[in-house]
Amino acid sequence: MLIAILTDIHGNREALSACLAHARTHGVDRFVFLGDYVGYGADPACVVETVAELVEEGAVALLGNHDAAIEDSDEDMNSVAREAIRWTRAQLGPDHRAFLAGLPLVHEEGSVLYVHANGYAPANWDYMFGPNEALRHFSRVDAQITFCGHVHVPMLYNMSPTAKIVSFAPLADNDIPLLPSRRWLAVVGAVGQPRDGVPAANYAIFDSAQQNLRYLRVPYDAAAAARKVREAGLPEKLAQRLEQGR
Amino acid sequence: MRASFRPGTVIDGFELLEPLGLGGTADLWTVRREGDPTPLVMKIPLLHDSDDPLPIVSFETEQMIMPRLSGPHVSRFIATGNIETQPYIVMEKIPGVSLKARLPDVPLPWQEVVAIGVKVASALHDLHRQRVVHLDVKPSNVMFRETGEAVLIDFGFSRHELLPDLLDEEFREPFGTTPYMAPEQVLQDRCDPRSDLFALGVMLYFFVAGVRPFGTPKGGQIRRRLWRDPVPPRAKNPDCPPWLQEIILRCLEVDPKERYATAAQLALDLEHPDQVQLTERAERLERDSGMKTFRRWLKARNARPLESPNIAGQLSRAPIILAAIDLSPGSEDLGEAQRVLVRRILNIESEARIACVNVLKLSRIAIDILEDENGQSLHVQRLVQLRHWGASLDIPKERMTYSVLEAPDPAAALIDYARHNNVDHIVVGARASSAFRRYLGSVSSRIVAEAPCSVTVVRSLKDRRAAGA
Repeated sequence: MLIAILTDIHGNREALSACLAHARTHGVDRFVFLGDYVGYGADPACVVETVAELVEEGAVALLGNHDAAIEDSDEDMNSVAREAIRWTRAQLGPDHRAFLAGLPLVHEEGSVLYVHANGYAPANWDYMFGPNEALRHFSRVDAQITFCGHVHVPMLYNMSPTAKIVSFAPLADNDIPLLPSRRWLAVVGAVGQPRDGVPAANYAIFDSAQQNLRYLRVPYDAAAAARKVREAGLPEKLAQRLEQGR
Repeated sequence: MRASFRPGTVIDGFELLEPLGLGGTADLWTVRREGDPTPLVMKIPLLHDSDDPLPIVSFETEQMIMPRLSGPHVSRFIATGNIETQPYIVMEKIPGVSLKARLPDVPLPWQEVVAIGVKVASALHDLHRQRVVHLDVKPSNVMFRETGEAVLIDFGFSRHELLPDLLDEEFREPFGTTPYMAPEQVLQDRCDPRSDLFALGVMLYFFVAGVRPFGTPKGGQIRRRLWRDPVPPRAKNPDCPPWLQEIILRCLEVDPKERYATAAQLALDLEHPDQVQLTERAERLERDSGMKTFRRWLKARNARPLESPNIAGQLSRAPIILAAIDLSPGSEDLGEAQRVLVRRILNIESEARIACVNVLKLSRIAIDILEDENGQSLHVQRLVQLRHWGASLDIPKERMTYSVLEAPDPAAALIDYARHNNVDHIVVGARASSAFRRYLGSVSSRIVAEAPCSVTVVRSLKDRRAAGA
């Protein structure tokens, strides 16, 4: 089964549509969303509606920290993110908010774990920034394969039978076999706010039968998404990020 | 664990037939699968003999890389079994024995050494084009198909640049087959395709000189190759021609930048001995002086892994460009237009090698007279003109090759040359369109249609103006 894994959409309707269309032409059977549907971007309501429809059809959607901040406190956020969340709250109706509030933190399927930020304390939103964080994850989580987002930049970690961590910056469009002899932590890059200098949207396809993982980059109309951010009166920095991918 | 395998044992549908003996870290068996006539071999890693993680990680590495490889220079991957249940890799069986079987006969005749070098370099180039560095090139890892192509085996130390490098993180000390390891491998740099050219240089040295250039060092001695140069092969075997010594010592340069840029460029030199640019390396009969060695030692003391070049990047900087030059009267404008384009390519692809080729067209039926009325060889005349064309490019001589091919079909001859020499890009001129050419088809259009590489068709300024008018 081909599973498309999308994360950190952040209200970016253009990027989400491009990734969904791309995934459908690649014969994806299923969608898993790792959270952060809102915040930063100009189309939070539309994104939530699209994801909710896919969930009706069997997709899995998890909770991200920006989604949680709609109902909870936004005090931990930096000023730009907080400003965006306050703007976003005004865009969402009761149905949107109910959908977000009902999302689970983790989803497990056999030996595969899906989560927004990390496997050992999903609700504290610790970032998987590097091999030390990956080691902390592996030492506290049993899953053989974990998919997470939150960092916005794609990375692939694995742990050898001798507990050595291998970090790998994956290139797009290339199947990587997730060997069963190792444990894997795949950080999927952001759909709606890439931060590695490439504006194209990120997502990944996991072939659960072959145990292959493919990272993908999808070019989309970032200029249109940035224009809407400006028109909405959101911080200028958020528009520039979309244009520059950083 | 080994004891449980005997002929007739079936693993995942593969029946063990006969043992081929133990490799360094694995047990090898010929196997068969019902309904599959392909001769197969199963490699079963020996994982339980010690706590050393190397056999496990090598097996995982091979398990990741082998399914990605294709072509005549590798053994075709069939199936794999996992470490938790029964680890194995099944692949196509290459008949015959490895080059290790030639070791009792060293030194080998230099002609045989050159022939081996050409085949192994072509195999390495094909591997590098698949974005893999072998990193364990040695006689026991080279076999030959019945059709002649070299086959590289054992990818347990290899590096695929699109896959995580499992070996890099696992070990703090350099690992590999010490006599063949490149200096940068000693420094644990695992992503330079030129490391394989060093190992091939060690192999060619061993075959022609009869001894290994750096012996079989252990422990701290492995680092010596960062400063101590080998005794020149001609001092060990005077039969080794100077040009072959030039090639071998260039492969054995400490700095990868001083070696050949690609395996294809090395193969091109091995096949064109008369065009190898000889330097001081060719004449050397003793090792460098104490002072020179001492300076290299000082430098090596602080040597660290080099900046990581990428495999595909190294190959793309150093393509082989075939300039197909028409020397017939009236094609001077076209020659000039081709020169301009080749200069442009050289600006971007700084380590490119230019092969200038002209075809002396032979008649299919009549007996050709290959001398002019003064008895001068047409072949030599063409070569002189070709060198004149190339000289004005103003690039180092060692990066130019000149060939005059004699053939009845110029397009076919150029395409064959490109295929045989791993040419990346053909620059060919097109003459002004005419009814005659439209009817018969031009050389350039056939090359575009049939060449195994990129092709740029150049028109002269004059023809471009005429066509626009």
